[in-house]
Amino acid sequence: MERPLTEHIPLDGSWLRLKDYERVGGYQGLREALKLTPKEVIDRVKDAGLRGRGGAGFATGLKWSLVPTVDQIPQPRYLIANGDEMEPGTFKDRLLLEGNPHQLIEGMIIASYAIQADYSYVFLRWGYQFAEKALQEAIHEAYQAGYLGKNILGSGFSHELSVHISAGRYICGEETALINALEGKRANPRTKPPFPVVSGFFGRPTVVNNIETLSNVPHILSKGVSWYKSLSKCEDGGTKLYGVSGKVKKPGLWELPLGTSFREILEEYAGGMLDGYQFRGALPGGGSTDFITAEHIDVAMDYNSVPKVGSRMGTGTVIVLDDKTCVVGMVLNLEHFFAQESCGWCTPCREGLPWTEKLLLAIEEGRGRMEDLKIFDDLTRYMAPGHTFCALAPGAMEPLQSALKHFREDFERHIHEHRCPWK
Amino acid sequence: METSTSRVLTQEMIAEIQEMYKHFPVKSAACIEALKLVQKHYRWVSDQAVQELAEVLEMSADEIDGVATFYNLIFRKPVGRHVIMICDSVSCWVMGYEKIADYLKKKLGIQFGETTPDGRFTLLPICCLGTCDRAPAMFIDEDLHRDLKVEQLDEILERYP
Ligand SMILES: Cc1cc2nc3c(=O)[nH]c(=O)nc-3n(C[C@H](O)[C@H](O)[C@H](O)COP(=O)(O)O)c2cc1C
Ligand code: SF4
Ligand code: FES
Repeated sequence: MERPLTEHIPLDGSWLRLKDYERVGGYQGLREALKLTPKEVIDRVKDAGLRGRGGAGFATGLKWSLVPTVDQIPQPRYLIANGDEMEPGTFKDRLLLEGNPHQLIEGMIIASYAIQADYSYVFLRWGYQFAEKALQEAIHEAYQAGYLGKNILGSGFSHELSVHISAGRYICGEETALINALEGKRANPRTKPPFPVVSGFFGRPTVVNNIETLSNVPHILSKGVSWYKSLSKCEDGGTKLYGVSGKVKKPGLWELPLGTSFREILEEYAGGMLDGYQFRGALPGGGSTDFITAEHIDVAMDYNSVPKVGSRMGTGTVIVLDDKTCVVGMVLNLEHFFAQESCGWCTPCREGLPWTEKLLLAIEEGRGRMEDLKIFDDLTRYMAPGHTFCALAPGAMEPLQSALKHFREDFERHIHEHRCPWK
Repeated sequence: METSTSRVLTQEMIAEIQEMYKHFPVKSAACIEALKLVQKHYRWVSDQAVQELAEVLEMSADEIDGVATFYNLIFRKPVGRHVIMICDSVSCWVMGYEKIADYLKKKLGIQFGETTPDGRFTLLPICCLGTCDRAPAMFIDEDLHRDLKVEQLDEILERYP
């Protein structure tokens, strides 16, 4: 099985230096890209079927093609690598940043060439100090070697790249909030349209892509579209980083073909449940995805299959619910997070999430009423997609509404017994 | 609190902030970086610092405070010599972070958001640290501690005098 994104990451916890990266084909993708026109690069990425790994699964080539041409809007134009990674239960971009920063940098230069951006940023969450250090040193190496700066490899294309470290808050990962943060402002999301591809960082065309998305790009250019498509088990291309946390034998992170089954990830890679614990359900792709249950265990983990069982791929990092953990308590923990991280910009989210949290706390403490469950349905409607300014609030309601669907009896038991049966 | 007669921002710090906004169309773009710089020197951001930053960045003090209070890693109150930030997000919750938090609260005699009377530790809850496969996890200052067990906590705390 091929693992292009992670196979060269040193096992001793260090990162892949430029020399070693070049030895295994590093920067060949960039050389290839610079022989093509920007449009040809975009078409290759489109044909490869690369979908955004940040959560929404938006087609990467399509996103790039929405950027106006330089004739329409000249430089400055920007590319931003989204390394905020604050979705609860998500720990995938960390590995790519810490272990293979040149792969990301190469992907960013190719993406920037494709959209003719002259400047790019890595927006990195706080607390990833090792990643920051590796990135800074790798950027320095890339400048020294002529992969960054003026007239890259004699192509006439010039590009500057730097890193911004976030000062906290989950909402910074939302792309328009991220742009505000990068401009030194409060990280409230912006109205769309205009979309960032037209008017983003300081009003200039800006593409925001996830770290894992960009790390795929060099391989598409260096090894080709059909090879890339063959890596996957589904209609979209490539591999995916899948992770599992919770009460399993071997929590961890693995690069596997896109479309690997949930069962295989859980049982073979994560080693199954810890002795004495039963699988009850899971959030398949981070804190803002819907629960799936044992009956969905054979679902293929890809962008088109997971929605068929009522959830989303999200970030592809699974959080497991076991039989000794209270689902009401787990959802309460999630809604506490979302209520706290709401940026407060729009009313349904600012008011609705703290209300949701309070009701859940009451139920968990045995003070809940059956009417409260109906209020959750109303709140889910008030915070449905399109009713709020950004996707934080609808995402926040996904674990709750799916828990009510699959584990309703747990909520009812709390209410009837006036206590948490798991305590 | 610093008194208003002594300046918080040194000439070097101001020069560093000027270097930050040089590349941007507006000075306010350096706001977050400037706040981080102040915090690096003083460990928190005082009212006086906000006032002085307002002059340098050509923003109102309220605008700066709006930014400073938005980001949870900018401290607008003094913190202890060591800051403990324990992850309270979902995977750490499933893996029992509450036991770790309860032990720390009891041992240090403080609640979340408080500092020990001797000024040694501040205890804060924090969102997912991106190391969920090794939960529960916490930061003490710049050090990440993972796979935490209650029995290890005394020994870990001793490393932070
Ligand atoms: C509340 C919120 C938080 C987000 N956090 C992240 C994040 O940490 N990293 C990320 O890549 N995308 C995050 N996203 C998605 C981004 O808005 C954006 O869609 C993504 O970075 C695009 O990259 P992609 O097309 O490569 O997937 C978040 C979205 C929302 C609504
Ligand atoms: S949905 Fe929530 S996080 Fe998003 S803009 Fe509205 S208040 Fe802010
Ligand atoms: S939930 Fe604690 S590190 Fe992710």
